[in-house]
Amino acid sequence: MDMVLETDQLGKRYGRNWALRDCSLHLPAGRIAALVGPNGAGKSTLLHMAVGLLRPDAGAVRVFDESPYNNTKVLAEIGFVAQDTPLYRDFTATELVTMGGKLNRRWDAALARTRLADLGIPPNKPVGKLSGGQRAQVALALALAKRPRLLLLDEPVASLDPLARREFLQSLMGSVADDGTTVLLSSHLLADLERVCDYLIVLHAARVQLVGTVDDLVAGHRQLVGPRNGGGPIGGVAAVVRASHTDRQSTLLVRTDGPVDDSSWTVREVTLEDLILAYLAEGDTEASHAEWGVSA
Amino acid sequence: MLDGRSKVNTYMQLVQQVKQSLRVGLLAPGDQLPKVRDVAQSLAINPNTVLKAYRELEIEGLAEGRPGVGTFVKRTLAGASLPNQAELREDLVAWLRRAQAAGLTPEDVTALVETTMRATLPTESAQTQSA
Repeated sequence: MDMVLETDQLGKRYGRNWALRDCSLHLPAGRIAALVGPNGAGKSTLLHMAVGLLRPDAGAVRVFDESPYNNTKVLAEIGFVAQDTPLYRDFTATELVTMGGKLNRRWDAALARTRLADLGIPPNKPVGKLSGGQRAQVALALALAKRPRLLLLDEPVASLDPLARREFLQSLMGSVADDGTTVLLSSHLLADLERVCDYLIVLHAARVQLVGTVDDLVAGHRQLVGPRNGGGPIGGVAAVVRASHTDRQSTLLVRTDGPVDDSSWTVREVTLEDLILAYLAEGDTEASHAEWGVSA
Repeated sequence: MLDGRSKVNTYMQLVQQVKQSLRVGLLAPGDQLPKVRDVAQSLAINPNTVLKAYRELEIEGLAEGRPGVGTFVKRTLAGASLPNQAELREDLVAWLRRAQAAGLTPEDVTALVETTMRATLPTESAQTQSA
């Protein structure tokens, strides 16, 4: 399978702190991948290294089989919308489309104009005076005008109201369906991700916690509810990701390696949201115990 | 319409909706299903999910893909009973108006229909549940 993005033990350090460490993952072509993790987990750092804005301090990142740092050939294939959709606020959308044409090797100005017209974006108003949703749409239209093969979006909908968020995701899904663009988008909005993404990367405390296709990950995990369990092995369970207990009952989110047919447990399928929350919570306690120098 | 809160995943919801449309005759053999791009855009969902739903319908023999054109309905789920449905529907509409006039909420109606179905048509309602 064609890999669009590959990292191998990738790391980035700011002073003494690793913002990202031992990050090894693959993103196959044609996927819409969610990059999930709390603030400070290394999401933006990973995206900035993928687009070639930051140089790795350890390991390697490859995009379309090339190192992206200082590489204008690869850059031409990547569309990037940074957090809070930074645009020159005094420029109008028309001017930004013209400017994009001067700065990029490949530029589909007609596509950008059609998209912006379809969305009812005023062409001659400074983009600083547009609504947050409109500005996000302008940024997306500009990124798509490059006709990128990889689109990187850093929390594209975080600051948008629900309607604008919906409209943004509609435009994104429509254009992905047209061009088969591979997408990597970071977001905290799990309900959106469940509809939009088919690949998942969970980062926590600068490390990769979980990576794979949503179908495989969901199929490979189960929630078990049963009488309080002393931690003995359960058939079909490879690892307990997260456990919570009341006096009488245990609820476990587990990774499975076979069917769980132990009759003392009620077995339920998990949603993407269950999975993400379980892995983030697990990383949380581990990191905190490490910081305090005690074992979990 | 997709139910975001539903635990049934998006692709199964799409499959079920097409099946329901086939069952009540809203879709018939030869009809084209909406284009993948249009479904993905209007529902803001992953186009791969729509493709997966259409592939599932193909595997079940209900639809067929014509390369470069789209996906078309191949077989219907509406039985021989379809012609009778119009009249039954009219009866049902009249009954629903009466229920409304009697002060039943939509939840009351659903509960009444479901319990009555279970009591009156035990096996058939079980089939509907599993379909």
